[in-house]
Amino acid sequence: MSFHPKMAYDATFHQSVRTLVEEGPPFEYTPENRSRFDTVVARYPEGRQRSTVLPALYLVQYQQGYITGNAMRYVADLLQITAADVEDVVSYYSMFHTKPVGRYVLNVCRTLSCALNGAERVTEEMCAKLGIKPGETDETGTFTLLEVECLGACDRAPVVLINDAWHECLKPEDVGRLVDELRARGEAAVSGCHHDVEPGTT
Amino acid sequence: MSETFLTKHVREPKCVTLDFYLAHAGYDGLKKALALTPDQVIDAVKTSGLRGRGGAGFPAGMKWQFVDKKSPNPKYIACNADESEPGTFKDHLLMERNPHLLLEGCVIASYAIGAKVAYIYIRGEFFHVQRVLEGAIDEAYARGFLGRNILGSGFDCDVYVHRGAGAYEAGEETALLESLEGKRAQPRNKPPFPAVVGLYNCPTAVNNVETLCNVPLILREGPEWFAELGPEKNGGPKLYCISGHVKRPGVYEASMNITLRELIEGQAGGVREGRTLKAVIPGGASVPILLPGQLDAQASFDGIQSAGSLLGSAGIVVLDDTTCMVWLAENLLHFYRHESCGKCTPCREGTDWLYKILQRIERGEGALRDLDLLAGISGNIGGKTLCAFGDAAVTPVLTTLKHFRHEYEAHIREGRCTLPADWRAMGSVHAH
Repeated sequence: MSFHPKMAYDATFHQSVRTLVEEGPPFEYTPENRSRFDTVVARYPEGRQRSTVLPALYLVQYQQGYITGNAMRYVADLLQITAADVEDVVSYYSMFHTKPVGRYVLNVCRTLSCALNGAERVTEEMCAKLGIKPGETDETGTFTLLEVECLGACDRAPVVLINDAWHECLKPEDVGRLVDELRARGEAAVSGCHHDVEPGTT
Repeated sequence: MSETFLTKHVREPKCVTLDFYLAHAGYDGLKKALALTPDQVIDAVKTSGLRGRGGAGFPAGMKWQFVDKKSPNPKYIACNADESEPGTFKDHLLMERNPHLLLEGCVIASYAIGAKVAYIYIRGEFFHVQRVLEGAIDEAYARGFLGRNILGSGFDCDVYVHRGAGAYEAGEETALLESLEGKRAQPRNKPPFPAVVGLYNCPTAVNNVETLCNVPLILREGPEWFAELGPEKNGGPKLYCISGHVKRPGVYEASMNITLRELIEGQAGGVREGRTLKAVIPGGASVPILLPGQLDAQASFDGIQSAGSLLGSAGIVVLDDTTCMVWLAENLLHFYRHESCGKCTPCREGTDWLYKILQRIERGEGALRDLDLLAGISGNIGGKTLCAFGDAAVTPVLTTLKHFRHEYEAHIREGRCTLPADWRAMGSVHAH
């Protein structure tokens, strides 16, 4: 029923397509990602496929580096929710990028235990080395520098999350070398998370 | 060092494998549990006195008993592995190095409350932890510890890992459920509690990783053994995360008879050479600070509470004499401002105001009236929000104002930070 003569609360009312701009190239999962999606969606009960929104968005981000309006629409269609529902989630969680990022995203932990061990200086050194400020990408598109909140490895401070790998106990004076090694050796330069835990296997 | 149970083997090679786990009494607790009725399992956990290790210290057995068993809906276990409290990294170690202990705990918990599915919600940044857990889950399925008809008991249970995407608030139990349902991690109004209306509106028990890891020990060694390990009502082994200005930061396991002094000066080697202890945050960023004179407090839930703080998540952050307390409050309010989920206005707006005022004082641009403003705003946030985030967010402000008001006044009087340490970046990139 309608409370306003010009506003019909009929079945189509809640299916407004106003919300999300068509942005970026057309989006579709690769067959591999589509099959990964199908595996994950089966973990949730019938009719609760919305639970898959975070894994589905991660797959988008792996595939094209960041999440566009078109990708959000695609995910919404897959999960049978509105594009606004997906945008709501994308805009809330800090690990989703809606703008292109560099080949390496350097997430420097800035919270207390890392800061007590020099994280502010790590960021400072990174800014100087890369010529960018936190939140920016260098002009070659290789590095994006971000400051993030507590990563949960406070005993190995300061910690930097580089894409999906951890680099631990990074002293400010070693920042320059790490950046150079990332350029030269890629992900092999990252210490990983098993620092001094499993001898001989790291 | 006293005997350890949760972390006994975590520094040995291959300790994450099922074979290693089985060679060290792994899944014995599950076997014992499956021989009991679900109610007997809950009784055992109640008798043990196991208190939740996530922060609130609520008895785990009670939580399970509250789960509405008569409901026709499915029941769920949601394991809270969204470890994000600044200064806390114990669950990280447990999952990384002892994943089968957690899986065993999840299956026992599911059996106790009648759930057939357990979701382990890990934080988004734990990429490597997801790999370890999923590897362990695959092994457990292959050997009949998960899936249909576990160990021939007729009990079915699936365990899945669900990775978040960067939100501290997802560690709040109802916000975790919202996030698991595919929405923003924002808390729900309580009551109803998750035990009645939880995941997908079904009865759900939300338990911390360390809590669930203790459950197999209770079944294996007996609830009396567990209760006697530690002071009254604070039984069982406990993991302590020690970080900040100490010589040997790390995760240390002890019974809760231990004192803060034994942990900080003994286990972690004390503060670094040439420095003195200034203050200790005993339970993650959200709890009041303790002063050096209070180090003999027992590091138990009740012991720390009598000392005027909370054990919380047992994230002990040690601060030496180079730490500026105004800077500390500013650093933590930056965290809370960023992580406030935005649902309740006092917290969303108030944390921003607090941060801006603290930043102003730290830069030397504050006025004495700002101190009353800080206290006033804090009073309008604490207790006025849906979840405990609001209370947590104002704690660093109130506790530093209480114990270190003279440092705030010195900043205002001298128009600069009066304690600039060499480990900080003074100005430049952070002046935004």
